[in-house]
Amino acid sequence: MSSKNMTIHLKIWRQKCCSEKGRMENYTLTTVSPDMSFLEMLDLLNQELIVKGEEPVVFDHDCREGICGACSLMINGEPHGPEMLTTSCQLHMRKFKDGDTIVVEPFRAKAFPVIRDLACDRSAFDKIIASGGFISVNTGSGAEANATLVKQESAELAMDAAACIGCGACVAACSNASAMLFVAAKVSHLGLLPQGDPEASKRVYNMVKRMDELGFGNCSNEGECEAACPKGIKISNIARMNRKFLLSSLTSAPEEGGGKQEWN
Amino acid sequence: MSKSFAKSSLYFNYFFSSIGKKQVLAVTATFLCLFTIVHFIGNLLMFAGPQYFNWYGHTLASGPLLPLAEGLLLLLFLSHASLGLWLACENYRARPERYYKKVRSGRGATFASATMPFTGILLLFFLVLHLLHFRFGPVYTIVYDGVEMRDFYRLMIEFYANPLNVVLYLLSMCLLSFHLGHGVQSIFQSYGWIHSKYTPWVKRMGLLIAVFLAIGFSSFPLWAYLKHGVVGY
Ligand code: FES
Repeated sequence: MSSKNMTIHLKIWRQKCCSEKGRMENYTLTTVSPDMSFLEMLDLLNQELIVKGEEPVVFDHDCREGICGACSLMINGEPHGPEMLTTSCQLHMRKFKDGDTIVVEPFRAKAFPVIRDLACDRSAFDKIIASGGFISVNTGSGAEANATLVKQESAELAMDAAACIGCGACVAACSNASAMLFVAAKVSHLGLLPQGDPEASKRVYNMVKRMDELGFGNCSNEGECEAACPKGIKISNIARMNRKFLLSSLTSAPEEGGGKQEWN
Repeated sequence: MSKSFAKSSLYFNYFFSSIGKKQVLAVTATFLCLFTIVHFIGNLLMFAGPQYFNWYGHTLASGPLLPLAEGLLLLLFLSHASLGLWLACENYRARPERYYKKVRSGRGATFASATMPFTGILLLFFLVLHLLHFRFGPVYTIVYDGVEMRDFYRLMIEFYANPLNVVLYLLSMCLLSFHLGHGVQSIFQSYGWIHSKYTPWVKRMGLLIAVFLAIGFSSFPLWAYLKHGVVGY
């Protein structure tokens, strides 16, 4: 493991607040260790800025271990940077070369307004979840785990979809800023399991409707979302959602089987 | 809210939803693809000779269902184009501030997929010109077996004697192959008809149809030009 320090040139998006215009600023760090994570490198930059009496760069982060999805950064034109299946916090500086220039921007979408610098407001995802991304269960003691049979294939597919951490890289990567991969992951993850099945039809309908209201774009089946997803969610989930949405919209099945419906 | 109203607004919501629009786009695309294939097969008759080609054109043009078929085609093209443009505008608006730097992963978008609205618009221009040149073009007549009919064969030969027309046609077919190259497989994805078994074949078939149709259609003006434009009708 080399410990030789690297020089890194940064072009970072600085923006005071949502309503103000942002711009790119240049910074140079000369003491970047290849063993640092990308966020540690930003920490280093912020330390230097603080010492100089300048405003540190605001960016989102939480777990720093690739599971919370907070570290939404557009690095060199790709969500979470050039490394496949990796979040920004898990990206290491050894992936870059000494003297590289790295462009860092926030995720950009109408539905993800920039709060400040690199931090954007991704609460639109929470609103979509609130519209149906859950299952309803009775309170009381937990049900016997083996009482409900789950098909092996369904369990696998549901677990694959459940890997989504809601980071928004799909929206950031999509040329249309569409949230279809995120919504599709939730629809598959919950709908494929028996516990989520009773509300599956209502769920897909309401979540898609909410997604549309929030100003995300439409899917054009390019697959950039799948390529950018740090958790490898497949666009086959979008196909499943398309199918389920059609069935939910054009049949009366949800009204018959789904209990009380609130379509509007 | 009464149940019937809730239901009618349900359909309304479907057609105005992101997925609904895409699926209607896919339905119109399916029929347009089928039309393109049939159009190609029909045109192959020009290789059989002027009588066959002209009789084919005459049979279509004099059929009682012609206005209906033309109306349906017009509806299909208009709805496909307008829905596509509507979606493209919405997509453009979904990202008001563009990226300073954005690279394609190389594992998703292709040149064809990224240019769908543009190839679509250019193909629409081509289509209008194509109709003006042939459907609404000069009327030559010819008589076979005592039946007077339009001489589409002569029209075509004369039109493609001009190399500029040939080149424009070939360029349009390149656009068609790009549009279908992404479009055909996209139809299946929008319907949700995918499976690990057949989706790889659907993708290959989509590319094959796109390239085959483009080459196939290109053969008509090239043949007309080489056989008659150079040699003389
Ligand atoms: S900070 Fe939690 S995934 Fe990166």
